[in-house]
Amino acid sequence: MKMESDLNRFRKIVRGKIKQELKKYIASGDLIGRQGKKAITIPLPRIDIPKFSFGSSEKSGVGQGDGQVGDEVGQGSPQPGQGEAGEGEGQHSLEVDVTLEDLAQMLSEELELPNIENKGQKNVEEEEVRYSGILKQGPDSLHHFKRTYKEALKRSISSGEYDPDDPVVIPIKDDKRYRSFTVIQKPVANALIIYMMDVSGSMGDEQKEIVRLTSFWLDTWLSNQYKGLERRYIIHDATAREVDHDTFYRTKESGGTLISSAYKLAVKLIEEQFSPNEWNIYLFHFSDGDNWSGNDTAECMKLMEKNLLPVSNLFCYGQVESRYGSGQFLRDLTKQFGEAHDQVTVAQIKDRDAIMAALKTFLGKGK
Amino acid sequence: MINNTNLSPQLQDIADSLAETAKDAGLDCFTTIFEMVDYKQLNEVAAYAGFPTRYPHWRWGMEYERLSKTYTYGLSVIYEMVINNDPCYAYLLRSNSLVFQKTVIAHVYGHCDFFKNNYWFSKTNRKMLDKMANHATIVRKLIDEVGHDEVENFIDICLSLENLIDVHSPFQATHTKLSQEEKERLGNKPVSKISSKSYMDTYVNPDEYLEAQREKIKADAQKQAKFPEHPRLDVLKFLMEFAPISTWQRKILNIIRDEAYYFAPQGQTKVINEGWATYWHSKMMTKLAPLEVSEIVDYCDHYAGVVASHGGQLNPYRLGVELLRHVEDRWNKGRFGIDYLHCEDPRDRENWDTQAGLGLEKIFEVRRIHNDLTFIDEFLDEDFCHKTKMFIYDFDPRTGKYVIASRDFNQIKQQLLQQLTNFGNPRIRVEDGNFRNRGELLMKHLHENTDLKHEFTLETLKNLYSIWKRPVHLKTVVENVKRRICFDGHNHSIEKI
Repeated sequence: MKMESDLNRFRKIVRGKIKQELKKYIASGDLIGRQGKKAITIPLPRIDIPKFSFGSSEKSGVGQGDGQVGDEVGQGSPQPGQGEAGEGEGQHSLEVDVTLEDLAQMLSEELELPNIENKGQKNVEEEEVRYSGILKQGPDSLHHFKRTYKEALKRSISSGEYDPDDPVVIPIKDDKRYRSFTVIQKPVANALIIYMMDVSGSMGDEQKEIVRLTSFWLDTWLSNQYKGLERRYIIHDATAREVDHDTFYRTKESGGTLISSAYKLAVKLIEEQFSPNEWNIYLFHFSDGDNWSGNDTAECMKLMEKNLLPVSNLFCYGQVESRYGSGQFLRDLTKQFGEAHDQVTVAQIKDRDAIMAALKTFLGKGK
Repeated sequence: MINNTNLSPQLQDIADSLAETAKDAGLDCFTTIFEMVDYKQLNEVAAYAGFPTRYPHWRWGMEYERLSKTYTYGLSVIYEMVINNDPCYAYLLRSNSLVFQKTVIAHVYGHCDFFKNNYWFSKTNRKMLDKMANHATIVRKLIDEVGHDEVENFIDICLSLENLIDVHSPFQATHTKLSQEEKERLGNKPVSKISSKSYMDTYVNPDEYLEAQREKIKADAQKQAKFPEHPRLDVLKFLMEFAPISTWQRKILNIIRDEAYYFAPQGQTKVINEGWATYWHSKMMTKLAPLEVSEIVDYCDHYAGVVASHGGQLNPYRLGVELLRHVEDRWNKGRFGIDYLHCEDPRDRENWDTQAGLGLEKIFEVRRIHNDLTFIDEFLDEDFCHKTKMFIYDFDPRTGKYVIASRDFNQIKQQLLQQLTNFGNPRIRVEDGNFRNRGELLMKHLHENTDLKHEFTLETLKNLYSIWKRPVHLKTVVENVKRRICFDGHNHSIEKI
């Protein structure tokens, strides 16, 4: 189809426009909680070819119908000569359907994120058998009666043997059809992401929102990289617990902060369910950096060094700024692991606009 | 000629017999080829404005997507599509019922007759289908030569100026030929010498003589300081002739201009063209080749849809057909001429009927010589205005709603004519191609009550600059103050003048 290429040109332009506005979409909370493959509709400013034309400020025109002077007429700014289909669209914005996956892809292009390298031998694939084809040869156990009958009927009609009054159809060898199977390779999920979020009292609503936005986009992008990946969500204040996706994005709690509690839970989770030999493991932790005590921080470092880092691809720590938080944890982490540690990435997320930068920091290593 | 039109024999018969009916009724059409398409194909053709062979450009894709969406959501359906070409091509939507198909075929014959016989279409290329294909070939070749983005960007720029044409120029004698002076200015022509053998040259054309010639040319040039001599409405042509653009760019500009001129009459005759086609399809379906009794309800339903005015908006189909019928009625009853016009007694006017019976003849004349502007100017009278309940609406900023502002005949007509002038486009002309003697371009918007859309004006000036490559100025009126808007390659500036 010739239209295809023009359509693609147009879509490319739209993509460019979306990229320009990407920051806006990322910082807005509207998309949160949406799931991967569904298309979402985002409004774009209309892509117009500018011309010298009359302004829309001049809003009067000629209409037709009943009513007294002063009565309201239908909406819109109609103009004569624009009633025909294909013309006469007003000032509407262009509505574009994109999937979250696409959006994530654009995000990665915009941030120039590298594709993720696989950790070792993990491209485990599973074989699945599907009966989807038809063959002329096969075992009788796979005999497809309907198809065979159809073939026989076709043959007998076309050869003139068929008699509607005596509809006997006898299949010959050539008519026989058999089911056949194909083997499908299915990749097995091999990436695990554990999100840990501090929901203690010192985290304000805006901070939580930023964390949610960041982890949401991380999630979207990573699911784009690994088809069928495992996600686990941990929230913690003084104690940690595992929650589901919805709770993670919506919960509001308060209390003290013991970061180690979350780490301990993560360690437990990995030990019990995910063998590090088979899984690419990503850890993301968001907090305002305000831990209860230095002892607990030391405990965290120990846990990381001993239990978490050896088994994971990447440990990312994102610190949001809050009024109460000291931001100490980030400094402690940097002190412990240095600025350019291979596996540990830290980022400060000051406000919504900094989310893009944080994503870049987290994912820029291509681990 | 064999065409793969996918038309069923039944429809072909209907088309042929309706063609006969149309011919008997006095319509004079090009051979019309109907093609049966599904909605996807129709949307595609419609996105290409009727020509499946057009040059590649993203805006067809945008239009196609928009049409597909409105179709999917059931917001609008295109019933037919017909193009001004010889032979005339028309597309029928497969999913339409038989009644619709008949109606559409009759409607198409109306358009086709109009294309062939209306004066304003007389200068359009009747082999446009082929020409469009040629245009596409040229553009594709240029894309191969200079690159897709490059070409597409330049097309965008040209399209942004495509409405700057002079719709009346095809009907005027070719006065646009370059004047001698202009040629000299342009070519920087060397002084003319008296022809001589080379060894005689210094004697035949001595230095003093050449110097004198040079002086003379200079003086002439100063006398003829105006460039262009007369203001030009055909800005595109002016740019083609004088803008410093490369050959391939000139080719593209030419293509855009060609197509703009081809489509211009359709913009100029929307009301009358649709009115004419609607008049004839309704006449054929109900009188000349009447539908079956069982079909008539469906037909009426369809007709009501065609002439409905949604939310008080003016529907060109309805305005056109009603005004044509009004004209027919007047001339049938002899309601014209000095006696009728001077008749003041409403009752006499109401009952005026001289049995003149000239209606049909008159509307054929109307279809031959009028465009929307002249049609409405000449025939939209007070009676019609009241009968069809026309009004002016205005935006009421207090309530944020559109309200009926007036039912005054003169105002309505004024407004309508203004909207139709220059097929709804502002009239802008080149005043000076050497503004301030610095090679800058000065254009003037002939302001008639309505301001230009500001953001668009700024953007368009940018595009104009990228063709002219020197600062560009536009004289216009913004909120009742005369302004000159300028783009100098970096910034816009607006001066009061």
